[in-house]
Amino acid sequence: MRITADSDRCLGAGQCVLSAPDRFDQSDEGTVLVLDPRVDGDEDASRLRETVALCPSQAIALVAEEG
Amino acid sequence: MTETTTAPAGAPEVPEYPLPRSCPYHPPAGYDRYTAEGPVTRVRLYNGRQVWAVSGHAEARQVLLDAATYSSDRIHPHFPALAPRFESARKVRNFIGMDPPDHTVQRKMMLSTFTVKKVAQLRPGIQKLVDDLIDRIEERGPVADLVPDFALPVPSIVICELLGVPYDDHAFFEQQSRRVVTGSTTLEDSAAAFGELSRYLDGLIRRKQAEPGDGLLDTLIAEQVDTGALTRRDLVDIALLLLVAGHETTASAIALGVVTLLENPDQLAALRADASLLPTAVEELLRFMAIADGVARFATVDTELAGHRIRAGDGVVVVISTANRDERAFAGGDAFDVARGARNHISFGHGVHQCIGQNLARAEMEIALSTLFRRLPGIRLEVPSRRLPLKEAGGVQGVWELPVTW
Ligand code: HEM
Ligand code: SF4
Repeated sequence: MRITADSDRCLGAGQCVLSAPDRFDQSDEGTVLVLDPRVDGDEDASRLRETVALCPSQAIALVAEEG
Repeated sequence: MTETTTAPAGAPEVPEYPLPRSCPYHPPAGYDRYTAEGPVTRVRLYNGRQVWAVSGHAEARQVLLDAATYSSDRIHPHFPALAPRFESARKVRNFIGMDPPDHTVQRKMMLSTFTVKKVAQLRPGIQKLVDDLIDRIEERGPVADLVPDFALPVPSIVICELLGVPYDDHAFFEQQSRRVVTGSTTLEDSAAAFGELSRYLDGLIRRKQAEPGDGLLDTLIAEQVDTGALTRRDLVDIALLLLVAGHETTASAIALGVVTLLENPDQLAALRADASLLPTAVEELLRFMAIADGVARFATVDTELAGHRIRAGDGVVVVISTANRDERAFAGGDAFDVARGARNHISFGHGVHQCIGQNLARAEMEIALSTLFRRLPGIRLEVPSRRLPLKEAGGVQGVWELPVTW
């Protein structure tokens, strides 16, 4: 699994940065940047799922790795 | 207003929304009726219109996430007025009252000012301001009214500096903002206050066009008005939103935060014993106090919500104060627990309109509350909390006065 982000959808609330600062940052324009897309095991996945649920504009997601 | 949303005369009584609080930080006892009947129920507004009250957490999130079905268009006649002041707001057009894509175009113009990093850079300045205010409170002691002496000036000075509005004018715009956001304000009074604030901001923006400064308004003039993306009138309406939303809400949150912590001494002691709890304590205060009691929307199409048929044009009010206490989302939600660590409250809303100033509000609350309790360790209320004058229903919740000693 890995983290994806759609900066067009992002509305800069910063919930992701507060909830998982090791994975998310904001660009100078104020939209989401993924610092590290990796998901490290089940515990990390469950924490990141909470982060995804906090995003008010559904701009971030966890997706299954292709291939 | 549509005929379809008005109940026939003599229909069984439908509870009112909003109701005044009797305790400053608990939802009004009367809201128990809505939650007892389910997460989505009918309520009656001040003008007799019936709308859907969404008091469950999951249902509230569902509504707020779906801006296409549940519109924020405050100018539209279907948009429910929760208090008379919302009728005069129909003339003001800025992104809090617009739907995507127009909403999003405006909001994105100022995202860069409100990032977590930018707000972190403001912290030392906020700390200095808070320390100076407490110096003055100590000099004039041993009593103070923390609303005018502390809770109001902190966000007011911060938003002035951020926007580039002269703080010397604070008495004027604080008074006019109060007339705009107070639940009991009449239609005429709020319209007059909107007029005064608009004239003031129009004059300020004209002066800035001639002589630019370095605030957010100056940036927006250079990047958006000068390029034709916004008219001056658009910017006046946006400035009005930022100025009013930026200080009255946070001032209420700081003052009510002091009351809530003093009234829950075990929680205050826990916070004092472990300073690392500060961010979760502020998050819990936000959840528990629900300064914005509710937000309105209207349905743009026929839809379904928690088994109810919602018709196009129906008004909806998301009851933040009860959604934040929903047992399905927050176990023991009526208890104030600084170590709870839940971030999924909807005190800043949810969806595309979720508060743009939330991280600024968090920083101001963290610095103001931690510094106050550190510097005045013996602080206590001068009057019993039940005697504190509470803000009216239909506006930002909080206390009008906060007399303390130490
Ligand atoms: C504790 C303090 C605050 C609370 C409780 C609060 C609450 C809220 C809520 C509930 C909304 C959503 C309204 C809706 O969905 O219709 C909102 C939006 C907004 N708030 Fe705040 N707010 C606070 C502080 C601030 C500050 C400091 C600013 C500074 C600029 C601000 C500016 C705004 C703006 C511009 C919007 C509209 C966002 C949009 O429509 O995209 N607020 N706020
Ligand atoms: S939480 Fe969502 S909207 Fe907020 S900054 Fe992160 S991606 Fe953007």
